[in-house]
Amino acid sequence: MADTVEFRVMRFDPAADAEPREVSYEVRAGERDRVLDGLNYIKWHLDGTLAYRRSCAHGVCGSDAVVINGTVGLACKKLIRDLEPPIVVGALATFPVIKDLVVDLEPFFAAVRRVRPWLEAGEAIPEREFLQPPAELEAFMDGTKCILCASCVAACPVVRRGTPYIGPAAVVQGHRFINDSRDVDGETRLRLLAAPDGANACENFFECTRVCPRGILVTRRINEIKSMLAAGGYVKGEDADG
Amino acid sequence: MAPKEHRYDAVIVGAGGAGLFAALELGRAGVKAAVISKLYPVRSHTGAAQGGICAALGNREPDEPLWHMFDTVKGGDYLADQDAVEIMCDEAPGVVFDLEHMGVPFNRTDDGKIDQRPFGGHTRNFGVAPVRRACYAADRTGAMVLHTLYQQCLKAGVEFFDEVFVTGLLFDGERAAGVVALGQRGGDFLVFRAKAVALATGGWGRIFRVTSNAHASTGDGAALALRAGLPLQDMEFYQFHPTGLHGIGILVSEAARGEGGILRNDGGERFMEKYAPRLLDLAPRDMVSRAVYQEIKAGRGLGGADYVGLDLTHLDAEVLDKKIPEITDFARVYLGVEPKEEMIPVAPTAHYAMGGVPPTVNGEVTPDERGTVAPGLYAAGEVACVSVHGANRLGTNSLLDILVFGRRTGRAMAAFAQENGRPEIAPGAAEPTREAIGRLRRQGGGESAAAVRDEMQAAMDEGVSVFRTAESTARAAAKVEELLAGYERVRVSDESSTFNTELTEALELGNLLALARVTAEAAARRTESRGAHSREDYPERDDGRWLNHSLCYYKEGRLEFKSKTVTVTRFEPKPRVY
Repeated sequence: MADTVEFRVMRFDPAADAEPREVSYEVRAGERDRVLDGLNYIKWHLDGTLAYRRSCAHGVCGSDAVVINGTVGLACKKLIRDLEPPIVVGALATFPVIKDLVVDLEPFFAAVRRVRPWLEAGEAIPEREFLQPPAELEAFMDGTKCILCASCVAACPVVRRGTPYIGPAAVVQGHRFINDSRDVDGETRLRLLAAPDGANACENFFECTRVCPRGILVTRRINEIKSMLAAGGYVKGEDADG
Repeated sequence: MAPKEHRYDAVIVGAGGAGLFAALELGRAGVKAAVISKLYPVRSHTGAAQGGICAALGNREPDEPLWHMFDTVKGGDYLADQDAVEIMCDEAPGVVFDLEHMGVPFNRTDDGKIDQRPFGGHTRNFGVAPVRRACYAADRTGAMVLHTLYQQCLKAGVEFFDEVFVTGLLFDGERAAGVVALGQRGGDFLVFRAKAVALATGGWGRIFRVTSNAHASTGDGAALALRAGLPLQDMEFYQFHPTGLHGIGILVSEAARGEGGILRNDGGERFMEKYAPRLLDLAPRDMVSRAVYQEIKAGRGLGGADYVGLDLTHLDAEVLDKKIPEITDFARVYLGVEPKEEMIPVAPTAHYAMGGVPPTVNGEVTPDERGTVAPGLYAAGEVACVSVHGANRLGTNSLLDILVFGRRTGRAMAAFAQENGRPEIAPGAAEPTREAIGRLRRQGGGESAAAVRDEMQAAMDEGVSVFRTAESTARAAAKVEELLAGYERVRVSDESSTFNTELTEALELGNLLALARVTAEAAARRTESRGAHSREDYPERDDGRWLNHSLCYYKEGRLEFKSKTVTVTRFEPKPRVY
């Protein structure tokens, strides 16, 4: 049988509120329900005005990154029974709030676009597939798991304190293409990531790795980029240690 | 205030695999194109496709496009149009190589070729034994395809209108002229004028309660077409995937069985031996779903409950970690089940619409049974019914369909836009949309969209599921009609114009109700069993009467049906055994 659990949701109406306010709801939740089910319960049964993003509801579309009891995560991958009530849900940190749990992600996508996140396969395209043995796939596979949910950016202490930093997701996107044996444009991307707010702005807090809902070793990938920048002479060696 | 007007040569509604591939082709051809999506681009439901995309590459063993064609036709219980299936299977290798050249991280053989694995209903030599035809990127193939197409669209300079909800199609006489939309961020009305318009809005699994589909899969494009007087084809054929996570419906890819997983009942019996002695667990989905239902109905679900077990415990840990890591994770996160040690509880889940808006093989929408073309209007992806899946789709043919025909649609739109001038639109084109939304917001009725949606989904799960009867479909249709009549009383309490998702959910509900009604009535009408449409009161396939497509039109509040000939080229209908 379903029990009730208290949700406290940060609400923000741009037409009425100067800043977000916390609203409490009694949510009926079953054994298998996720935080997203709780938000749906509120919207469908208690208060239709609550705004949040969601789509696939099983952790592959990346729509519903929020802050849950102080930790960034996807609402559809956090089970209510695993959390200590009251369950406090707030909008994704570091981004401007548009309404309730909906934030403006344009700065996030703009940062990702800066690293030219697409394969440049050059002119020599084979008739069939490029041959890419498993070890070459392994070299960039981790980064392909990214769903652009922005959790890593929202959790990053460097971004949170306002230090200019392109953010973990953009570096991981760069890593994904730079290390793909089919790509011919790695130098351009390394030059872009060598900017003052590039990979070396990372200070190894590892928060990105902790919150990544896809299990990507984000900080390790960033450090691999730092090493490439140092080894390739894109930045001075001593900077690469962060 | 007049709505803001945008002008493009081509406008595509929907940013999943079909929409993005069409957009990419337009970008490559230098045609000014915009993609309008109610989501951010990489949030589309193509990203949830797991197991693979099939193509007769022959990388692991001999394979032929003709075998693939045969499997697809037989898998669809001979309702597919065979000319379209032949094109799809012939173009499959080219599309896979195109995607590989764009960056899709396919799993590889030791010598670096694209690896391939078996999938349900795909066989060598016209049904002899399973064949390795599915190309895959672990069990996140759809996500990899979706992200790759988005990346290449960025490179090609395609323009995106994110989180914009399309509410109406615009015509200049018979010719498509654009769309009207509601911007979710600002609540403003937008008019997009275009020479060519494509619907690529995906499926409508949310007419059912237990579904693998995203919340966003509400069939908006199909409902727009229906309201514009265009037909929907073969709507009675809805696929129930045999292995959804019990109770939640989240998809557990057929790849799990392709890699060696086995379905078992309460006694531990490999029950598919009884239903499909040759292909066993890799029989087509309609047959496996029926088998699961029958086992459950006979009291042989695990512990007598309403699910069976998917046994992966005998697989190597490396297979779970490298080839099906996502579904392994789903079982752990959502059910607390460790697939290395215990069976995953699974049951059928509403998964895929075989039916939809009928287009030619170049994506041109056809408004009648004679193949006439509606100039400038296109459809591709799950919203379309080409028809390549017939009465039942084979696993991995969905990604193939959306990509082959998405690409063809983009090319056809580019040619059309280059050869034709700009259509006119009447002043005040956005008014009907504005009025409809105004009505929704003004009506002070007591019903919430969520409550009406719950009732619709319960009625559809009950009456139009894996097995149907005259009585069950009629009851579901009557219930949905009653809910449609009450739609005017649905309340939108949110008065805000910023991200009013209560309003968009109400609009989506209107679309779902329209499609649920067509699905239920089409299922009531077809008095035979074919593919995914299983009538307990008509258990046999009836080629004499029913070897034809259904077309459903909405006219003055009522549904009207017509029949359309099935194109048979190479394979005459035969009894379907596996």
